[in-house]
Amino acid sequence: MTSLQRLMTTMGHQEPDRVPFVISVTMQGARELGLSIEEYYSKAEHIVEGQWRMFAKYRHDALNPTFYGALEMEAWGSPTLFRTDGPPNAGPPLVNHLDEIMKLVPPKVEESPRLQEALKAIRLMKARAGDAIPLLGVVISPFSAPIMQLGFDLYLQLLCERPELFARLMAVNEEFCVAWANAQLAAGATAIAYADPASSTTIVTREMYLKTGWQVAKRTIARIHGGVATHFASGNCLPILGDVAQTGTVAVGVSALEDLAAIKVACRGKLAVMGNLNAIAMRHWTPVQAVAEVKAALAKAGPGGGYVLSDNHGEIPWQVPDEILLVIADAVHTWGRYPLDWIQQEGAA
Amino acid sequence: MAGHQNLVEQFEQSLLAVDPLEAERLLTAASHAVLPMQLIDEVVAPALERIGDKWERGEVALSQVYMSGRICESLVDKLLPPGSPARSHRPKLAIVVLEDFHFLGKNLVKSALRASGFDPMDWGHATVDELVNRVRAEGVEVLLISTLMLPSALKIKELRAQLSAAGLPVKLVVGGAPFRFDPQLWREVGADACGQNALEAIEIVRGLLKSAENGRAQP
Repeated sequence: MTSLQRLMTTMGHQEPDRVPFVISVTMQGARELGLSIEEYYSKAEHIVEGQWRMFAKYRHDALNPTFYGALEMEAWGSPTLFRTDGPPNAGPPLVNHLDEIMKLVPPKVEESPRLQEALKAIRLMKARAGDAIPLLGVVISPFSAPIMQLGFDLYLQLLCERPELFARLMAVNEEFCVAWANAQLAAGATAIAYADPASSTTIVTREMYLKTGWQVAKRTIARIHGGVATHFASGNCLPILGDVAQTGTVAVGVSALEDLAAIKVACRGKLAVMGNLNAIAMRHWTPVQAVAEVKAALAKAGPGGGYVLSDNHGEIPWQVPDEILLVIADAVHTWGRYPLDWIQQEGAA
Repeated sequence: MAGHQNLVEQFEQSLLAVDPLEAERLLTAASHAVLPMQLIDEVVAPALERIGDKWERGEVALSQVYMSGRICESLVDKLLPPGSPARSHRPKLAIVVLEDFHFLGKNLVKSALRASGFDPMDWGHATVDELVNRVRAEGVEVLLISTLMLPSALKIKELRAQLSAAGLPVKLVVGGAPFRFDPQLWREVGADACGQNALEAIEIVRGLLKSAENGRAQP
């Protein structure tokens, strides 16, 4: 099977030849090319070459043309802060007073040089990869983007105290999110990851989610012209999985702090599950522990398909040793082949 | 105030409903009979603790935790104005975000500390070098550090080394997402304690205060 066939089979809740494996190596491309993280992200060609080399090295099942989360904020006019040992961060919030929301205008994708650079990376990668390897685009959900636009404090005040401004902000953000997602799909992305940590039950209750992030997700995903996978970026989601399945998303990225087996049960037949290796703790895993973590995840979520082995956050920290990523890759290639008979055999032993 | 469970529950409900007027009415009515510090210890702090527990169980939203802290901070400022001798000025506390712009965790803990009668200095965000200089200049005894990103959390190791080299005996209390996902991390970076949430941070500060008092009481 090609990587695309493997992923499509599991998204259809069938067992492919092997559990698909999507390791979120993003900034690690800089290391591959001997560049600083800031230099790496300065050119589409760097991303393409970096991702291509890592695809050969880790033998995973998707290319990740994503730059970094703060890229979208650059389109809104906010600077990005680069560092030498981690992902670029959004600078100070764009909006400092809630009333400024009324003046916000969604940026045009075609007028943002940085978004255009990211689209160039997708086009170049697509030309190189063809149709056999999926390319995962990414958007920050309209409901989660305000964490960067306003800062978390001001956003929580908005949610609690200013419903009319919240509605206005969502309208603006939805326009941008849909345009940005569809531009990525038009450039060659196979599917879109909808990063929505603010909708997780770590941040809002189910009751609040149903009134806010859920409505936003339903409206937004319906206007995206391709497959969408929702990622809660380490946030919890078990209590809302039934609701998430109704947003039009086909898969969900879940936290290491939730029970993967319980999540798989809640998602069975409705949503494919992606996760949930602990990318923070991974930094000091031993090779033996890495294999054990992979096997535990496969045993909990692999049987029956509908599962993609991945990390819990959508980003592997810079500090995770290469050796461990290679052990994880070997482990999924060794233990992830269907049928997963070893689970019962080891359980019986 | 013993047995005023009903008041705690009503106060908690007013906080969860983000109703500052009702919260103030309840507290003002009770304040005629008791000292402000007793009101804080027996009504405000228990209500915040219950809300923190509910957040850990996924029963309330982080927005409710945050707004509850802000309401309580404001009410306690009225009961015990900043600088009031009744506030706890020991240990000398400061709270800060190391390196990045993710302030929510810091502000949650700051509100909870202030609502519990402590008076922390808010240093916003700072680099390692800036923190060493400020700890030295202000004579801070406990520094609470919030981080969201793993690289920022790892910088605490460098901070600890510089503080030790400078002979500054400040206690470091850390918190934030990386510490929730990696329970070994706080020891690795040389922190003295780690709070998984705002209420834990307060318990840690109280514990440090008690240890310091016991230390001073020893001959």
